Amino acid sequence: MDYFLTEQQQLIRELARRVAEERIIPVRAELDEKEEFPWSIIKDMADCDLFRVFIPEEYEGLGEGSFGFCVAVEELSRACCGVGLTYAADALGSIPIFLYGSDEQKQKYLPEIAAGKKLTAFALTESTAGSDASKIKTTAVLEGDEYVINGTKQFITNGGEADIYTIIALTDPTRGPRGASAFLIDKDTPGFTFGKKEKKMGIRCSATSELVFHNCRVPKENLLGKDGQGFIITMKTLDTSRPGVAALAVGLAQGALEAAVDYAKKREQFEHPVSSIQAVQHMLANMAMELEAARALMYAAARTIDSGVKNYSEEGAMAKVFATDMAMKVTTDAVQVFGGPGYMRDYPVEKMMRDAKINQIYEGTNQVLRNVIALEVLKRKALRK
Amino acid sequence: MNIVVCIKQVPGTTDIKVDPETNTLVREGVESIINPFDCYAIEEGARLRDRFGGKVTVVTMGPPQAEAALREAISLGADEAVLISDRAFAGSDTWATSYVLSKTIEKIGEYDVVICGKQTLDGDTGQVGPGVAEMLKIPFIAYVSEIEEIGDGRLRVRRMVEEGYETIEAGLPAVITVAKEINVPRLPSIRGTMKAKSAQVPVWSAADIGAEEDKAGLAGSPTRVVKIFFPKRERNSEMLEGSAAEQVDALIEKLEGII
Repeated sequence: MDYFLTEQQQLIRELARRVAEERIIPVRAELDEKEEFPWSIIKDMADCDLFRVFIPEEYEGLGEGSFGFCVAVEELSRACCGVGLTYAADALGSIPIFLYGSDEQKQKYLPEIAAGKKLTAFALTESTAGSDASKIKTTAVLEGDEYVINGTKQFITNGGEADIYTIIALTDPTRGPRGASAFLIDKDTPGFTFGKKEKKMGIRCSATSELVFHNCRVPKENLLGKDGQGFIITMKTLDTSRPGVAALAVGLAQGALEAAVDYAKKREQFEHPVSSIQAVQHMLANMAMELEAARALMYAAARTIDSGVKNYSEEGAMAKVFATDMAMKVTTDAVQVFGGPGYMRDYPVEKMMRDAKINQIYEGTNQVLRNVIALEVLKRKALRK
Repeated sequence: MNIVVCIKQVPGTTDIKVDPETNTLVREGVESIINPFDCYAIEEGARLRDRFGGKVTVVTMGPPQAEAALREAISLGADEAVLISDRAFAGSDTWATSYVLSKTIEKIGEYDVVICGKQTLDGDTGQVGPGVAEMLKIPFIAYVSEIEEIGDGRLRVRRMVEEGYETIEAGLPAVITVAKEINVPRLPSIRGTMKAKSAQVPVWSAADIGAEEDKAGLAGSPTRVVKIFFPKRERNSEMLEGSAAEQVDALIEKLEGII
């Protein structure tokens, strides 16, 4: 299907695909096996300007917004969801800076992020605060011209590898969610260390780590946005990045479908390729159909965000939920089309199935996001335009 | 640091066909690419530029369509490109090509180092790099696998030889040809590709570079290609019969006959 990409968007797709084919596919199984962070691929992505895609033009970016970002993520994730996530999480860490940063903060951080010289991360989750983000316990207390931060963040993507962290901490624990604020923290800040490095089911080349703050002092200027704006920043950041998770899922499913089709045409049983069996054909047809529906929804959500509308919680959530449920199903079916060999690590589909699961969980579980969608549906007074 | 990189557009295939009538390569329907060895030269030039500033100028002698190779070179990190194209250059051998490139580099003027790939995929001679250096009367080092130091009017490089490496110093400006061991070329960038699309690529003629007519093209080429042909592959097999001992005896007899 044609999504009417501009010349520059086609170029983003072309170069992201080259990175995927030439630099990711040859090493993806090894990165997965060794749980190795893909630094050399990050360098390739930087050379191609892929980190410029989602950064505004005035800060050395390409200003390609959510749509261009989704194009890149889809291609990267088609080869490896873990690498795709590393890239997408860098965007997630950058979004609060370009949406809420001061001119100084944008000038300080965004050009280096665009050049791929610095990697970012976004840190909200804690052991007591998953879907219920209001239960965070990390605090930031103003002492003179500095905030003193204490607490532990959990399951932080790019944790330990990123240079710049946007973290959410309570500046006024008595005010609940309204007492949360966002801070920019550099990796080498004293009092900021990394705890447990998680061992995961899938996306194993992606880094997931604890962030530990123990009397970590940061200057007042590191406050992002206004005091007490932490949850608004969080919600807007996640709303903006969700089509990117949909793109991770769409790319992943595309890779799985291609592998399944390829294998079905080669594998012979009952003296014919299994692709000639109608039961298999119908599985492939369903996979292709649901994948394309998810892709169309993802691009529509991205275009909606780029159009400048104020509220896009519903669109982002719909794309994320639909695409990630689809990817779980498509990757599972891809393993089924392969049969026994698909369960083995000799073929890529078992990794794709493992990688798919987390997409239904992170950046808002698909259950919590259904709440978001339902809320919007129920509060609409009239029919949707 | 100003770097000149010489490149060539070549057929992007190893399945080369020769026209039996004209003894020339069949180029129709074959995709053209930058000679792969030249990509290492472009990358090394870009890395020197990134470290020391200055610019990378990429040049090629070829027909008008060779402009595509120059634009690709810009997307891979070159700053400027010059196409040297003139009917008078048609039929140039490696000697005449070296002459034309050396005249071009003289016209470019300010340069510290000239980088070429070690050889081309189609011609395979590896003669143009040294030819250019000879005609410019500057030092030449072939098969460079690492630039160890460069600056203060000198460079020190590691070059590959049959049984190991040599470390060589030379004064600048100099010409080097590079082996694939020297780097891993970067992928093209989005900005570079957009820039390459709109870049001005000047075309210089024989008159522009002050090339004498009898030194370029067919007239300036001492090489005459008499015939290009694929070697005939003959394979005669003979099965030896009998017991192992008999077969060994028969084999020894045959081998003695050959020696």
